Amino acid sequence: MTTIKVSTTINGDPVDYLCEPQETLLDALRDRLGLTGAKEGCGTGDCGACSVILDGRLVCACLVMGAEAEGRAVETIEGLADGEELHPLQQKFIDHAALQCGVCTPGFLVAAKSLLDRNPDPTETEVRYWLAGNLCRCTGYDKIVRAVMDTAADMREAR
Amino acid sequence: MPLDARLDAQDRSFKVVGTRPSRPDGIDKVTGRARFGADMSAPGMLVGKVLRSPHPHARIRSIDASAAEALPGVKAVVTQADFATQDGDLHDTLINVMAGDKALYEGHAVAAVAATTTAIAQKALKLIEVDYEVLPHVTDVDAAMAPDAPLLHDDMVTQGVEPAPSKPSNVAQRHEFGHGDVEAGFAQAEVIVERAFKTEAAHQGYIEPHACLASVGPDGQGELWCCTQGHYMVRNTCAELLGMDISKLRVTASEIGGGFGGKTTVFVEPVALALSRKAGHPVKIVMTRSEVFRATGPTSSSSIWVKVGATKDGRITAGQAELRYQGGAFAGSPVEFGAMSAFACYDLEHINVVGYDVVANRPKQAAYRAPGAPMSAFAIESVISEVADKIGMDPVDFRLKNAAKEGTESAYGPTYGRIGLIETLEAAKAHPNYQAPLGPNQGRGVACGFWFNFGGQTCVNLNINVDGTVALALGTPDIGGSRASMCQMAAEELGIAYDNVRAIVADTSSLGYNDITEGSRTTFSSGLATIEAARDAITRLCERAAIMWGIPADAVVWENGHAKPAGPNAGDFEPLSLAEIAKVSGSTGGPIAGHCEVNAEGAGVSFATHLVDVEVDPETGATEVLRYLVVQDAGKAIHPSYVEGQYQGGAVQGIGWALNEEYIYGEDGRLQNPGFLDYRIPVASDVPMIDTVIVEIPNPGHPYGVRGVGETSIVPPLAAIANAVSHAAGVRMTQVPMSPPRILKAIDEAKANGGPGA
Repeated sequence: MTTIKVSTTINGDPVDYLCEPQETLLDALRDRLGLTGAKEGCGTGDCGACSVILDGRLVCACLVMGAEAEGRAVETIEGLADGEELHPLQQKFIDHAALQCGVCTPGFLVAAKSLLDRNPDPTETEVRYWLAGNLCRCTGYDKIVRAVMDTAADMREAR
Repeated sequence: MPLDARLDAQDRSFKVVGTRPSRPDGIDKVTGRARFGADMSAPGMLVGKVLRSPHPHARIRSIDASAAEALPGVKAVVTQADFATQDGDLHDTLINVMAGDKALYEGHAVAAVAATTTAIAQKALKLIEVDYEVLPHVTDVDAAMAPDAPLLHDDMVTQGVEPAPSKPSNVAQRHEFGHGDVEAGFAQAEVIVERAFKTEAAHQGYIEPHACLASVGPDGQGELWCCTQGHYMVRNTCAELLGMDISKLRVTASEIGGGFGGKTTVFVEPVALALSRKAGHPVKIVMTRSEVFRATGPTSSSSIWVKVGATKDGRITAGQAELRYQGGAFAGSPVEFGAMSAFACYDLEHINVVGYDVVANRPKQAAYRAPGAPMSAFAIESVISEVADKIGMDPVDFRLKNAAKEGTESAYGPTYGRIGLIETLEAAKAHPNYQAPLGPNQGRGVACGFWFNFGGQTCVNLNINVDGTVALALGTPDIGGSRASMCQMAAEELGIAYDNVRAIVADTSSLGYNDITEGSRTTFSSGLATIEAARDAITRLCERAAIMWGIPADAVVWENGHAKPAGPNAGDFEPLSLAEIAKVSGSTGGPIAGHCEVNAEGAGVSFATHLVDVEVDPETGATEVLRYLVVQDAGKAIHPSYVEGQYQGGAVQGIGWALNEEYIYGEDGRLQNPGFLDYRIPVASDVPMIDTVIVEIPNPGHPYGVRGVGETSIVPPLAAIANAVSHAAGVRMTQVPMSPPRILKAIDEAKANGGPGA
């Protein structure tokens, strides 16, 4: 089978990898690059556990082909913290107990970051609709929504 | 431990227990570092894939894997012949893991391959030739009980019936519970409500599909990494299915991405081990979401009949129910729990509940959060509310008047000790949500729920490190933050800081046997064992302090994290901290550790009351949940945030089951919605904030009063929402999920019969 060479940028670093034509970006991240923070919950774009940001746009990595990352910029959960410094969303998720099992958490954090990058002052309804593409089966969403709203409030204050 | 010591502890004040510290695995889980089932790899690893039956019921005449085996890159193909024959308890487990002479449901595993890549493994599956003789099938519970239904098992004769039936059927067992004389009770009734209900099968819907990495060496020793609620169960089961000594298999529990009961058995784990043994390489199997829906363990669908009688002043005179649960292709539906818990919330003189455990051509059910209870609670709590409506009594007052309390003989036998049902009802009544005004097409529903809670076999090691920190080894996988609770209990007991305790889930070779994380048992049982292990360590610490001081060990007491001289030596020496004793442990007798091995008893039963307001759109039949309140007795909330999380999560799973989630089978017996697009679980925009009230009526069976909290929260929602929808739509709903078409149909039928207003 023909493999494709892909040159891309992941969390700010230049990265090259080989992938087969049918492999998704999620396969490449997890199986080729060892970036297992993005999870495969469904493989059909329904659960959002594999959420990444591609050229500034929130996408499901399971719906993007590995070859499509050529020449583009990918942001994953592994790049959310700044070294040892957690992103405010990460800290608030811990403070609010906004995770139980934690498997959906990377996807929620990436999606929530994408929301706050666009809208620093979302209403509860806006948070709920923006995160409607991310499934969580443990929390009932209450503490997740509170963590995102609280982060947004803190980040506005810090500006 | 003596009972009085436990009771003593309940009046104490707490320093760490009841606070909300950050969980020890928090940073790993927000940074993507935490490793779940599918996140592990090994050198030389192969990909395992499973071939599944496309037929709901078929005889397997032959399997020819020669073409698959010849495909370059394929390293092993296994069928049931590669497993050890099972005649005992694991007979059904083996057949479910890998079919033998019959495929019993669509998705039933019939063979598996290991290959160098996913693409080759998938190609190999297509090359395996299975010769099926398709048989008639049945998926509905009532149809499966019909006299002419296709039989799944020719040798299934209903147990629990005297005299034994002369012919086989799809009814595995009949159960009966109750007391008194229901006919006499109904004779005293002034109002009787009798109804039939149906519930559809729901899936636990954990976001992480089952995944494992198995490696069996040429010496026959195996390693298994997997996401499971019980790695000791996985070890013992896999060892037996593969014909291995238990000591030769080490199982490590990965982080687990949700379970809710669905990861309390084995599916792909023994298959990966068999493939690895045959191929001589590590093998990783990760289920697809479609496989998870078609071939793991959803809950039962059910058909339930209920009859309740009451006097006009609100006293229930009798309750009766017949429960039929299909549990998939094998015996073991949770109908017994459904029957036992059916009237558990009430103090009744006359109760009778009969349950039938039925098999059908569906995947073998697995536990789902309070298995069996939500269905019977749906039916019974619906009728209880309808009786309250008929006699014109407030539904909370009606429940309060009949509520089980200390001394009530439960429907399933035991007499209750101190329980908190009445307190949950009173808290619900006092909550602002109960007074919130309702608009047009809006309705309010209330329902109660009960769960038994379990204890079980538990083993904990607590090691005191030389720097004064503590390593706590647990054997119950952490599915919702339990490591935080255990660290809190250890810190509380030892009198040290929470951050100085690190809890891990040990592998099966490093710690003694632990039962599965199920039955809401972990914070209760592992918590109890952690406290006991800490007390054991304190005894050792006091002994070492005595050596350091040169006084008798029984002249040392432990207070606030320090050993202090007592009795005649009181005040003679400065107290020694845990860290000071630990630092010199090498010269006072060696390492210091505490242990506990226990079969924990005394898990206190748990009750909840849920209150929900909904709005039903009469044009579309769509239901919006406006506000939702969970009130539940936790005994003692160790980490209140995670207790609230259990309440909220269970409620929202219940909302999904009540309004949307169902296994939909076609005439062909195939599951039509094996994906999250068509099996739609609630998303963030579907639900409001979930309000919670934690009631704390201490459980006398736990040193700190803990009751399990994980499961009760899914028991009331189906009924609470059905009661709310029925009030909003003006018509009694008798089937869940109450999807828009079902609600519209009910409204239309009521109109045809003279208008809504039932």
